[in-house]
Amino acid sequence: MPGRNVINTQVLIIGAGITGAGLARDLSLRGVRCLLVEQKDVNAGASGANHGLLHSGARYIKSDPASAEECQKENHRLKGLASHCIDPCGGLFVAVNGDDENYIADFPLLCAQCGIAAHPVDLNEARNLEPALSDQLIAAYRVNDGAIDPFRLTLDNIAQAMEKGARLLRFTRVTGFTLGQSKITETQLVNTQTGEERHIQAEVVVSAAGAWAEQVAALAGIPIHVIYSKGSLLVTQNRLAQRVINRLRRPRDADILVPGGTVSILGTTSVRTPTPDAIYPEIDEIDRIIEEVTLMIPALETTRYIRAYCGVRPLVGSDDSDDDRKVSRGYALIDHARDKVENFITITGGKLTTYRLMAEKTADLVCQRLGIGQPCQTGTEPLPASAGAQWTEPGLAPRQWIKLNDRDDLLLCECEMVSQSSVDQIITGMGKLQTPLTLEAIGLRSRVGKGPCQGTFCSQRLSAYLYERGLIKDDQGLVNLCRFLSERWRGQHPLLWDIALIQSELQEAMHCGLFGLELTGASAKRSMDDE
Amino acid sequence: MMNNLPEIRCDLLVIGSGMTGMAAALFAANRGIDTVQVGLAGELGFASGFLDLLGVHPIEEGRLWNRPWDGIDALAKSCPRHPYARLDKKDMRVALSDFISFLTANGLPYYAESDRNLKMITPAGTIKTTYAVPVSVKNGVRAIAEKGSCLIADFHGLKGFSGRQIVETLKKTWPKLITKRISFPDATGELLPEQVAFSIERPDCRAQLTEAILPYLDGVDYVGLPAVLGLYRPMMVFNDLQRRLERLLFEIPTMPPAISGVRLKNIFEQNLPLQGVRTHYQHKILSVDYRDSHVFRFDVGWEQPVLTIFSKGAILASGRFIGGGLAADRKQVREAIFGLPVHQPGNRSGWHRKSFLDPKGHPINRFGLVTDDNLRPLGNNGKPAIPNLFAAGSILANQDWIRQKCGAGLAITTAYAAVKAWVRLSA
Repeated sequence: MPGRNVINTQVLIIGAGITGAGLARDLSLRGVRCLLVEQKDVNAGASGANHGLLHSGARYIKSDPASAEECQKENHRLKGLASHCIDPCGGLFVAVNGDDENYIADFPLLCAQCGIAAHPVDLNEARNLEPALSDQLIAAYRVNDGAIDPFRLTLDNIAQAMEKGARLLRFTRVTGFTLGQSKITETQLVNTQTGEERHIQAEVVVSAAGAWAEQVAALAGIPIHVIYSKGSLLVTQNRLAQRVINRLRRPRDADILVPGGTVSILGTTSVRTPTPDAIYPEIDEIDRIIEEVTLMIPALETTRYIRAYCGVRPLVGSDDSDDDRKVSRGYALIDHARDKVENFITITGGKLTTYRLMAEKTADLVCQRLGIGQPCQTGTEPLPASAGAQWTEPGLAPRQWIKLNDRDDLLLCECEMVSQSSVDQIITGMGKLQTPLTLEAIGLRSRVGKGPCQGTFCSQRLSAYLYERGLIKDDQGLVNLCRFLSERWRGQHPLLWDIALIQSELQEAMHCGLFGLELTGASAKRSMDDE
Repeated sequence: MMNNLPEIRCDLLVIGSGMTGMAAALFAANRGIDTVQVGLAGELGFASGFLDLLGVHPIEEGRLWNRPWDGIDALAKSCPRHPYARLDKKDMRVALSDFISFLTANGLPYYAESDRNLKMITPAGTIKTTYAVPVSVKNGVRAIAEKGSCLIADFHGLKGFSGRQIVETLKKTWPKLITKRISFPDATGELLPEQVAFSIERPDCRAQLTEAILPYLDGVDYVGLPAVLGLYRPMMVFNDLQRRLERLLFEIPTMPPAISGVRLKNIFEQNLPLQGVRTHYQHKILSVDYRDSHVFRFDVGWEQPVLTIFSKGAILASGRFIGGGLAADRKQVREAIFGLPVHQPGNRSGWHRKSFLDPKGHPINRFGLVTDDNLRPLGNNGKPAIPNLFAAGSILANQDWIRQKCGAGLAITTAYAAVKAWVRLSA
């Protein structure tokens, strides 16, 4: 058909979270041509809104021993294969006065049954290791938790996949499938920024759409039931503990504090939502998290928080239970041959820690469908560090700036010390993904806007710089400012008291009082997007 | 409560040194009132130099007012609890006029058209509606109105200010706007606004800057530069540069904190003492005692008290959260000095909207002190909490100065009204 924008590929993967990224890499290493499509940008769903915890597995020993064992194995494997994305900080499980003593008593045995190493730690020793811990502890165990940078992990998986020939289309949403004889013959997509339509002809279609798996499957007329379990988290300004701190009890809300470079991340909650869209970290959730985690780490009552965020866990299973924590946190790999669509697969659920395993199992099924006998390589091949993904590390931009010692290399983000030359490299590292060039895309791939000012000053400095470089034009800067500040605001609004409230008043005084952003067409565009 | 601090006595204590505190101290001094002022004097550095009176109402419609006094009438009618609704418009005009006269007399002349708002460029490339601008900005107002042939020159190394950003954003409606990046004389690396402002007060620096800009002036009628042209003698710098460039020159405000705010701050800090105000900047109120209903006792200092002030009356011009007049924990908003009741809904979920740019604005911006017609903050019983205490400026409830674009006007006119009320009630 003339004028139709048709792309042929062996495998179409829907969703560029960690699962889709891992699958694209796995298939590319087996020589399979993939096209990865994403409705927003990478890690827009749960992959970018979690603790960044490399589980030891000990959290699931009672509720989901199979997951616990998977976590334990993948934990060891990833520490060897993707060490540049992981802080092998170790972890503690601690119980405080009033916690269930039976659970505490069973803990070492249940860990052992799953092959998880858990060593008892003397309570004084625990507080020596982590001085921020409460003096109300009643038990402590050491486990081999770690912290993962989920953005770097996804970006590196995508980078290697692309190096092997895979393609990525961002801001591209699936709008429909054409079904032939028990097969998807064509997938329709639309570019959400330009409205341009595309058509994909693929031998196999994999939905790795995470929380959106139900919606994607529905486009093929297939019912899947996904429970949306929202989890909210908070980021502190400073790192309060060197290790992961877990509450030693049956999994509940606000059990975990994970280090994330220079900060600590605490959470989560588990709240059912009717849809995976338009979710916010709510104030009551945030206050509940602070009150609970404070029982382990009292300083959290008074520390400064920088940001809150939330993601939706897609839980696939029966919904007759009132407690979503009882639904399996394992993954769901669904071969839609059962629904008479032979070249369609859904992979959803699971955990960051087990992403590689999920990708392997999915790729095995895809290859079986394609009649390809190549074995999986991701279990033994290290994940290469890509240049474009390195800027999510907090220390890198400051180190480079100091090393370069160039008077003309101005700091654009002063909180996180990101300079012009770092921004140049971040943009270069985006390669073909530079358009549209947004502050959000730069922020996603770096530390820009992640410090205490949350973008108040760096947003304008960065806009001015991008204009000077000729990288944006027309009134794109205004649209960028509105979107970036709105996106940052989602994470600021539940935390606005004390100093953060002062900072937000300054932000509004500058961007609304002086610039009048709320009166521009660019902001109207944004609020329509929000609805 | 005896201690060995030095003691001073006055009729009126002005608490705060932002726009409102400065205005209140000025108006009190103009009336010959024996006045002391304390405050931390940081907030004014964030001022753009523009004086807003009323730009937008109702905010949810984003309706801009070209005639601010008509806007104030409309506002007073639909929002009778807005502080403007209590004020006498004649007094408001006198207040603005006295304030501007003071600045003009001290080397920072302002330009306003008494019944019309002005339009001026911001560094984001937006057009701001405001009431009065420094005279160094006036030609920019003309340039926009005419969409004249205009060069915006910016400087290498000055972060957050891009002529290209302004030109690209405005080019559809202003095709004759162009830009050129200039190297500021004898400067490399990051160019701090203070550094430019100091250097440019030297004639040789202005001569070199002129040389750098001259090649780009063919066919250009207006030249816009970032508002960093001098700190202590800005009009001398401006007039000299304009003469050298032989074009209509104007300044465009830079990102806060900015030189245009520091100019205001300096003028007040230097000249209020000459008007008889006893100023104690970098001091804050550490404790207050008003058990004697006729005399306040304040201990002031930085961390430790260094001075005791006895005053017959006080004007609370301590601002909102940035200024420190209001403070919030996770549960509630408090008035920081006297513990006065703050008008606020139940809990934090009602403070902010989920969208930063929500046209309705954030409810927390309307929290603050509710007063009687004499601007005396009310206690929980609905009567003035303290008979001799008045409040002015952004700490007042039921206004949203950021969205209504009424910050300076609110500061100046309520400061005037508070001083006037104190005079009336203490007579």
